[in-house]
Amino acid sequence: MMDQTPVFIIAIPLFASLLLTLIGPLGPRVAYGLLIGALSLSLGASLATMVRVVQTGQAIHYYMGDWLPPMGIELVIDHLSAAVLVMIGVCALLSGIYSMHTAGQDNHDRLNNYYALFSLLVTGLLGMASAGDVFNLYVLLEISALASYGLLARGGGKAYFATFKYLVMGTIGACFYLLGVGYIYIMTGSLNMADLADILSRESLQESVSIRIGFTLIILGIWTKMALFPLHAWLPNAYSRAGTATACLIAPLMTKVSVYIMLRMMFTVFSADYIFNQIAWSSLVIYMASAAVVLGMITAFAQRDMRKMLTYIIVAEIGYMTGGAWLANTAGYTGAVYHILADGLMTLSLFMAVGAIIYRTGDTSANAMQGIFRRMPITAAVFLIGAASIVGIPPTCGFFSKWYLLQGAVQAGAWIFVAALLIAGLMAAIIFFRLLEAAFFGNLDDEGLSVGHSAPHSGTGAVQMREAPLTMLVPLAVAGAALLGLGIYTNEVVTYLIRWSVPAGF
Amino acid sequence: MFPVSFYQIAPVIALCASLLAVPLIAVSGRHPNLREFWTFAAAALKFAMVLSLTGWILAGNVITVDLINVLPDISIQLRVDSFGMVFALVSSFLWIAAALYTVGYMRGLAEHAQTRFFVCFALSLCATIGVAFSGNLLTMYLFYEMLSLSTYPLVAHHQDREGRGGARKYLTFLLGGSVGMVLPAMIILFSLSGNLDFADNIYGGIIPQGTGNLLVTILFVAFLFGFAKNGIMPMHAWLPGAMVAPTPVSALLHAVAVVKVGVFCTARVMLYIFGIDVMDELNLGVAAAYIVSFTIVTASIIALTKDNLKARLAYSTISQLSYIILGVALLTPSAVQGGLIHIVNHAFAKITLFFCAGAIYVASRKKNISEMSGLGRVMPFTFGAFALASLSMIGAPPVGGFITKWYLLVGALDAGQTAIILVLLASTMLNVAYFGPVTYKAFFGKPNDSISENPKIKEAPLIMLVPIVAAAIISVLLGIFPHIMMQFVRMVTT
Repeated sequence: MMDQTPVFIIAIPLFASLLLTLIGPLGPRVAYGLLIGALSLSLGASLATMVRVVQTGQAIHYYMGDWLPPMGIELVIDHLSAAVLVMIGVCALLSGIYSMHTAGQDNHDRLNNYYALFSLLVTGLLGMASAGDVFNLYVLLEISALASYGLLARGGGKAYFATFKYLVMGTIGACFYLLGVGYIYIMTGSLNMADLADILSRESLQESVSIRIGFTLIILGIWTKMALFPLHAWLPNAYSRAGTATACLIAPLMTKVSVYIMLRMMFTVFSADYIFNQIAWSSLVIYMASAAVVLGMITAFAQRDMRKMLTYIIVAEIGYMTGGAWLANTAGYTGAVYHILADGLMTLSLFMAVGAIIYRTGDTSANAMQGIFRRMPITAAVFLIGAASIVGIPPTCGFFSKWYLLQGAVQAGAWIFVAALLIAGLMAAIIFFRLLEAAFFGNLDDEGLSVGHSAPHSGTGAVQMREAPLTMLVPLAVAGAALLGLGIYTNEVVTYLIRWSVPAGF
Repeated sequence: MFPVSFYQIAPVIALCASLLAVPLIAVSGRHPNLREFWTFAAAALKFAMVLSLTGWILAGNVITVDLINVLPDISIQLRVDSFGMVFALVSSFLWIAAALYTVGYMRGLAEHAQTRFFVCFALSLCATIGVAFSGNLLTMYLFYEMLSLSTYPLVAHHQDREGRGGARKYLTFLLGGSVGMVLPAMIILFSLSGNLDFADNIYGGIIPQGTGNLLVTILFVAFLFGFAKNGIMPMHAWLPGAMVAPTPVSALLHAVAVVKVGVFCTARVMLYIFGIDVMDELNLGVAAAYIVSFTIVTASIIALTKDNLKARLAYSTISQLSYIILGVALLTPSAVQGGLIHIVNHAFAKITLFFCAGAIYVASRKKNISEMSGLGRVMPFTFGAFALASLSMIGAPPVGGFITKWYLLVGALDAGQTAIILVLLASTMLNVAYFGPVTYKAFFGKPNDSISENPKIKEAPLIMLVPIVAAAIISVLLGIFPHIMMQFVRMVTT
């Protein structure tokens, strides 16, 4: 039973999504229950697998149907994928629980179909994080992408156009990736990652132009998927127009899993030596990442719509992780991987908090924040923690990813990236304190309400407290607590998971 | 003496006392007396814990407690030594005095949002003790940021345009300094030396041999200006802006907790990260001494021009804070002792002055010095305390400030810095010039009509007057019995 946990991680949500398409007549409650059950079981399997990986200190190789690689399909779960799997599982489960009200609102007629796509998307993401060969990775990439097109297009208004743009860009990205895999396959005759790594390390292939082209195509495809500046244009509209439940699922996970694929390709299929000595784009990529960080934050600063602001912050955060990965040292790599986990949770809690505020106020602009601390104290507190994490204030996890990234940048002498990280931190502080000031003290214009020295309002004043429903509030609070928890347990995460996956040659 | 295991727990209790009080204060918002009881209970517990550690520390022990191992090479660590003790004793004691005074002030003016106020007050005290007891730079940074954030609502308390503007400026300078300068400097330092623990003595530091001089200088500058709470020009601009806060906040936080945390962090980093040897070798001490000398003189001159009493006190604070850093920067044992003892002397004197300003406001609603003519005749205790505290600022015997001046001057002579002696003398003159007239006019000036014709103006309520007089008397006692605090300070330099 325990040997089979790796396949359960993916199989459970896959079969749940099949079942979900069939149980329409049973009503939304059954569909919701089935989704939550499947996601919980899958998370349980992920956790069990992670425990096994940490205990044995070795990667788990799972051969589907006992067909041995390089012919059969192989799942490989090492320390890196275990961490990402658990992160995906937690985020998916929390946003699943959270979706009860908003998803029902947006999809009152076909909730079971919506949840089927939801589950299929999670299957694709989990699959990508555990796939052991590059072609299956492509298949799962397309599964999750197709599911996400469906989900995003369910949003209102201009969501169709935004999703269409995303569809075009996403397909181009996937095609680039597939083309690159084709080149690699022609040269090596293999698709299995470990096998590929073995073949690619041969002297004769190190200089090969075809391999270089293959790598270039693959990495460009992944960068499109991950919305690295300047390939990010599809992301803000697609994510900010989606329904609340969809945004909470997709925003934290899709781009982060793409970063994971980049790390896999760079360090598992190819090697650190090949990337930094043969390809040697490091300085260029770090410039791109720095531009992503700074421009993402500046554009976020200019937004009035809160969700759009958050999507531009995602663009900036992608720059953090890309830069960290290309710094070519242990601290930078640790920072990049840690930030995958941290940013997943950060984005999740901010999107959920903003979603709850929009749910109660019906307003997506920054005006909705006014007086939120008094009306929705728990939501506001989680928003505060998420903001502190983006800014990088200890002991939230955002501080520690910044710590490692800065350390890596200092060691690599990448001062442009150091400057970009610091500027981004300060910009984020301005962005969020502008909102938090309004959230804390209300609108400055109606001074009669906020100044009046003689009017004591110790929480129960004129404004009524009205939190979001419990199914939204609980996952929100858990995500907020997880930000602090991850920060406090940084040492454990780094020692037991990330250190094991640091590529050879650093 | 207590069992040894007690000394492992006491610092943690001292740290957490006010943190535990936060939820209690928050839930008893509707019962003001109960709410204030929690504040006093936490303050008393905190002070008792800090006090209980004195004997052990004076016996030459250093307590270290690992709280959480947060990064593979760094943990959140508490460390109690004589240097931190000085600051912890002062701030935990003054919390009790300030709590008394605050209750009187907030109720006297029927201020709004008192629960939020007391919650943030307690949080900021937790952060202050955290800074005093930090065992390494990361821990100190954590509590430093916690203090910036928890004092933000206090500064913005009035929520009007002025309050919010002041608070915005406050955060901009403090976060800008800490995120923009201290954080990268800390990470570079960590990359160089592999740890961030404070050194065991003030001479060696932790910077490895052979580090480039330029890099060390850049780090030094980043720490000196990055801890913007220390009010060194040009990072001082937040301080006058933050004076829009209610007076108890100005008193405790902007005369004692916040600014002293800034100075404490600067001194801690100078002495225990860089070390006297490195600073001496690269002439960083002299450079810092001249930078702060500029602040001392300029801030005093600006103070002369201010008619608003709190603004004058704010600039006086900026000037006096630099005394502390000046002492440390001179690097001779006497100067370092003079600088560190000024943490204590200035705290008691300045809190008295701010308390007086608040009492004057509560009693007469007057903010400007020019309107206070003759006010001393109806408020003799308040202005008497004000006079004593002014003497401490000026550095006249027998008040505490004299001890500071004495050690600083001896230290400057030892260091052979004639220019610094002149700065100290000029600053003393300026202090006389901007504090003297306040007291003189209050007692001997002709009362203007608004005071003589208004019989309602009398001393502030007793709950405010007691802390004022007590702080002033302690200020004098510190001058007569300097040994009480000097014994801690001497341990730092030996």
